[in-house]
Amino acid sequence: MPTATFRIWRGNAASGSFQDYDCEISEGMVVLDAVHKIQAEQANDLAVRWNCKAGKCGSCSAEINGSPRLMCMARLSDVPLDKPVTIEPMQTFPLVKDLVCDVSWNFEVKKQLKPFAPRPPDAEDGSWRVLQRDVDRVQEFRKCIECFLCQDVCHVLREHHFHDRFIGPRFLVHAAALEMHPLDSEDRVGQLRETDGIGYCNITKCCTNVCPEHITITDNAIIPLKERVVDEFYDPLRKIFRVFQK
Amino acid sequence: MIEHQPIQYDVLVIGAGGAGLRAAIEAQAMGASVGLVCKSLLGKAHTVMAEGGVAAALSNVDDRDNWEVHFADTMRGGQYLNNCRMAELHAKEAPARVRELEAWGAVFDRSPDGRILQRNFGGHAYPRLAHVGDRTGLEMIRTLQDHAIHQDIDVHMECAVIELLTDGERVVGAFAFDRDRGTFKVFRTKAVVLATGGIGKAYRITSNSWEYTGDGHALAYRAGAALIDMEFVQFHPTGMVWPPSVAGILVTEGVRGEGGVLRNSLGERFMFGDIPPAYRNQTADNEEEGWRYTQGDKDARRPPELLTRDHVARCIVREVKEGRGSPHGGVFLDIAWIKEKLPGAAEHIKRKLPSMYHQFKELADIDITEEPMEVGPTTHYVMGGVRVDAYSQMTDVPGLFAAGECAAGLHGANRLGGNSLSDLLVFGKRAGEYAARFAQENSSGEISRDHTARVARAALEAFDRGFDTGGAENPFEIQQDLQKMMQDQVGIVRNEDDMQAAVEGIGRLRERAERVAVSGNREYNPGWHTALDLRNLLTYSEAIARAALARKESRGAHTRLDYPDKDEKLGKLSVVIRKNSDGDLEVSSEPIPDIPEELQRIIDAKK
Repeated sequence: MPTATFRIWRGNAASGSFQDYDCEISEGMVVLDAVHKIQAEQANDLAVRWNCKAGKCGSCSAEINGSPRLMCMARLSDVPLDKPVTIEPMQTFPLVKDLVCDVSWNFEVKKQLKPFAPRPPDAEDGSWRVLQRDVDRVQEFRKCIECFLCQDVCHVLREHHFHDRFIGPRFLVHAAALEMHPLDSEDRVGQLRETDGIGYCNITKCCTNVCPEHITITDNAIIPLKERVVDEFYDPLRKIFRVFQK
Repeated sequence: MIEHQPIQYDVLVIGAGGAGLRAAIEAQAMGASVGLVCKSLLGKAHTVMAEGGVAAALSNVDDRDNWEVHFADTMRGGQYLNNCRMAELHAKEAPARVRELEAWGAVFDRSPDGRILQRNFGGHAYPRLAHVGDRTGLEMIRTLQDHAIHQDIDVHMECAVIELLTDGERVVGAFAFDRDRGTFKVFRTKAVVLATGGIGKAYRITSNSWEYTGDGHALAYRAGAALIDMEFVQFHPTGMVWPPSVAGILVTEGVRGEGGVLRNSLGERFMFGDIPPAYRNQTADNEEEGWRYTQGDKDARRPPELLTRDHVARCIVREVKEGRGSPHGGVFLDIAWIKEKLPGAAEHIKRKLPSMYHQFKELADIDITEEPMEVGPTTHYVMGGVRVDAYSQMTDVPGLFAAGECAAGLHGANRLGGNSLSDLLVFGKRAGEYAARFAQENSSGEISRDHTARVARAALEAFDRGFDTGGAENPFEIQQDLQKMMQDQVGIVRNEDDMQAAVEGIGRLRERAERVAVSGNREYNPGWHTALDLRNLLTYSEAIARAALARKESRGAHTRLDYPDKDEKLGKLSVVIRKNSDGDLEVSSEPIPDIPEELQRIIDAKK
């Protein structure tokens, strides 16, 4: 069987280095298979997070030859094997160990966003009447598997570390899913501008490019939210209207 | 030994899939203080992988549907070994639980008049599965997760419970460790809800993730609860078979619900050749009628591809065994053929089955709108589990509740697709409610420091042994050996000799497990985690093998070559597994309670 070399980051927050592992490969293998094989045969304590191994849970995010990807969906046949395959943890979050990083910040951010608040039901049994065309847009956003690759690649978080003032593409998509939900009655536009930091996004579409669910993050979620912020706060007519309202 | 300061809750929920989240939400709403422990990150539990839909008789698409039909379908699918009260509650309450999800933000696919759309699935008489394309589980877990984080629930992520703590008969807490730092946690609680899911990790070919190590089954068993129906393991008929590294990944039954057909290497729709008598009246006898059914024709009967999972899996095994399989040892599942019938079929397939399209395209280089898939059975679900009271979900151990896949009763000998997502909503809610009530009526018990010290010591033994000492065993190797053995000897088709050999094999693996050594330290160490998992894996694997030996007949998901027929007497018994006073696993059988007259009348009327 052919073998390939995998250069895997080993270490914790204090220290670490890349280590090379040779691994036999077979048809159809993905990067996560190789990591598992190395773990079972050569490095029992190699830390890696995973669950479904089918691209549905978003646990096994890592950077493969520098690209943020799900390890379970990265086929070895699509990766050059004549040189070592580099596998390292996501860089935007603190490292726990090896390929596992501390993504708890994301869970804290979500708690700060206003939850879904539906309008009163349309029918006596507590249900609503909504057409498919009115939910198509939201269903795209709800495909998100929370792999946080978009957060990893976003320069506002990755380079500038604005974790305290910018919620990142994942949660702009989440906000869009709530704001554009046909039943939702909450208003999040003020929060998006003031505390969520939507203005920091300069729509370079890095997030869209890495999304394993192919969600059109920038065009379909972030830009329409930015437009809502502009309409609400920067429209000159509305500004005048607000002065008279006071 | 370190003192472990206990963390106090009224109710501790173990597992944060659909059942655990729903239980936690309910217990908190009842006023209980709630802790929720999960082995993975929140939102990654197995529910996320469910595809086809959640079964509930909403009758949005076909107004002939109601709870009675759903109840009768569930009982027939389970070969009447089900707990009929659970089947009744489930059918009655599922619609309200699904509507509740919509109120919490779930966005189901819509019917033309704007209601929740429902699709056909195996064993369900009418289109009954509320769904979101083929990612229904993701929608459900995200909805529950996003609702739960705004309630006052403490979530302990990447934390695994390794022992329940008891005070006399009663459960009073749990001993856990943090997977990331490796530190121990002791919970002191008035009630515990087990919502730990299934057991697939004992098998080589499975649709289940690493988490499915039967923790709830084994924890409950060690705490003194009874397990029932452990011989019934569902092998989903359609898992991927090629390439090898993705073998076992699920291919949703929704493919067949949308018109996909099964063919052998001769191109035959082999399912037409074997329709069980109990389903003959409801099954199409020609291809044209089957197609019309999938397109919503109310006068048509369902195609045989939508027979129950146990039966479809057996037919696939037979085709392969008799030399009519696909090149990689499965059969063909073809959805692309609907192009002959439907304009714009390729787009339709991508819209209704987006993750299947994605999965085959990216993992197998196959475009399912153009060519057939290769599929074969994969270990998917366990019908058996902890025996619970139908109404409260309490086990035989006071204060210990169980819901979802780790509990038994609803599904009998075979589960219908879609009934697990509704199961976890209906009985997750009930478990949370009754656990909170139990907590209101009882004070906290005493946690024995000897016990926690003993558990802590045992958990660390593998470190003390040292990896380089002679005879040290690798935990991953033992797990792989177990998986191979269970797959080959306690798999889809079983017999006495194989299973006896498996029981002996489990004994040998247990001896090897005592010599497991781990390298490295306690910080996020998968070798150590796997070493700790072995105990549960071996416990419930033995339970499955011993229960399967005891049921000397073929019924539902349990197929024996040496006893190919049903035995009417055994159809009225449950196989029960308990730990006896010597600490050994004991097998007995107990009669299933009689079906009350009012429910029997419904079953008879729908036959």
